[in-house]
Amino acid sequence: MSLKLIRQALNRHRPPPRMWRAHPLKKRYDVIIIGGGAHGLACAHYLAKDHGVTDVAVLEKSYIGSGGSGRNTAIIRANYLTPEGVRFYHQSLMLYEDLAGELDFNVMFSQRGHLTLAHTDGAVRTMRRRAEVNRLQGVDSRLVGPEELARLCPHLDLSQRPRYPILAALYHPPGGIIRHDAVVWGYAHQADTRGIHIHQQTEVTGIDAGDGGAVQGVQTTRGYVEAGTVLNATAGWGSTIAAMVDLELPLETFPLQACVTEPLKPFLDTVIVSGSLHVYVSQSDRGELVMGASIDPYASYSLNSSLDFLEGIAGHMLELFPFLGEARILRQWAGPCEMPPDFSPLMGKTPVSGFLLDVGWGTYGFKASPICGKTMAQLIATGETPDLIAPFRLSRFAELDLVGEKGAASVGQ
Amino acid sequence: MLILCCPNCGARNVSEFRFGGENSPRPALPMEASEAEWAEYLYLRANTMGPQVEWWYHQAGCGLWFLAERDRALNEVVRTFIWEDGVQEKERERGGERS
Repeated sequence: MSLKLIRQALNRHRPPPRMWRAHPLKKRYDVIIIGGGAHGLACAHYLAKDHGVTDVAVLEKSYIGSGGSGRNTAIIRANYLTPEGVRFYHQSLMLYEDLAGELDFNVMFSQRGHLTLAHTDGAVRTMRRRAEVNRLQGVDSRLVGPEELARLCPHLDLSQRPRYPILAALYHPPGGIIRHDAVVWGYAHQADTRGIHIHQQTEVTGIDAGDGGAVQGVQTTRGYVEAGTVLNATAGWGSTIAAMVDLELPLETFPLQACVTEPLKPFLDTVIVSGSLHVYVSQSDRGELVMGASIDPYASYSLNSSLDFLEGIAGHMLELFPFLGEARILRQWAGPCEMPPDFSPLMGKTPVSGFLLDVGWGTYGFKASPICGKTMAQLIATGETPDLIAPFRLSRFAELDLVGEKGAASVGQ
Repeated sequence: MLILCCPNCGARNVSEFRFGGENSPRPALPMEASEAEWAEYLYLRANTMGPQVEWWYHQAGCGLWFLAERDRALNEVVRTFIWEDGVQEKERERGGERS
């Protein structure tokens, strides 16, 4: 590796190798993936690697990973509430464990353990139930009390002083954090090496569904492209794309804000989540505390950051870690989260032939990227919906068969 | 902070209100509506990246449930108004056919 670098440095005439190349936009592709985030790029990768499908274009309106993939707080876990959810996220977690090898790129997955704190009797019951559902699905989770919590996270305020003292926690050892950008870049590079075209700064402005309700192609800012299969992998903007084929989805988009502190000495070894306090935190490899809370109280596509959010999160963080009073916030940002009524995604076929969905990812999308890529690639290549994602079909709403994950998907309001 | 004009109380901080979600037209004949129509009313949303009619509740004030038209991309309120007969039909006309 280092010899290569030296040769590159000495050779002024050859351009340095790119992780992914720019291509002219062809007039036609077999498959178009709208959205160059972790989901879209993972799908492209598995299409090429698992199924040999390479006549694929990933169309990204900005730069790859500029949406939710670049804005999340990079937490990976499988400790959900429903059997369908647990089974699904567990598959994703296992793919993440091997991802650096799969992508030949360091994604810095640190399985440092994940703690979901319970501050009320009701919460303790829920954590106990989640632990049991997890274990039945083969996922490592258990309920821990204050003594073990003190060993796992000595800096937590476990006294009776806080307004809502910590009673117990759901401990999920395989959970952890990852370098979210690296996942995007790794998938993009692999897809690119197998011949898939990644088109950045290429916005889809319309979808041609013909007369018979079947996809013919897409209109973009760089011209019209024919395709028989179009995947909507634009979570955050899923409704806007679906509207192009006159399809309404059960989604409302809310901003989700996050922030980081200045780098601090390493003290937090686990990921800490508190549903009651609506806050979660982890410490990055640079020492920054990466913090998030619940979605903004009203729907909006405007991704402005607010003082409300900072005040709220600071107050709750100090309940957990009182010594952080002097820590300074370095940066805050937001991302769009489209929320379905049951906090479970929308995946699979739609009434429009050839138009597929991988949206509705709310606040829980990044951790599912690998399994989504894999299952959507399988659906595209075989035409059959994999069993693992059948519970997340769009038609479940008309069938009144929702998959209720609100209790475990986010620190709701 | 966003300022909402409650039809009763006037201009107040958005923190006084609770967001009630996008306005969804009720089935015209509730007792005869199919499950699909009920699901559409309950779950499907336009979620427009632009002006949207939505419900708000004046939680810390008069307790009124009212409608607002707000541009969700710019986060700017166009107008606030009290629900009246026919407002959903007007919205349906403006929004075009729901699928």
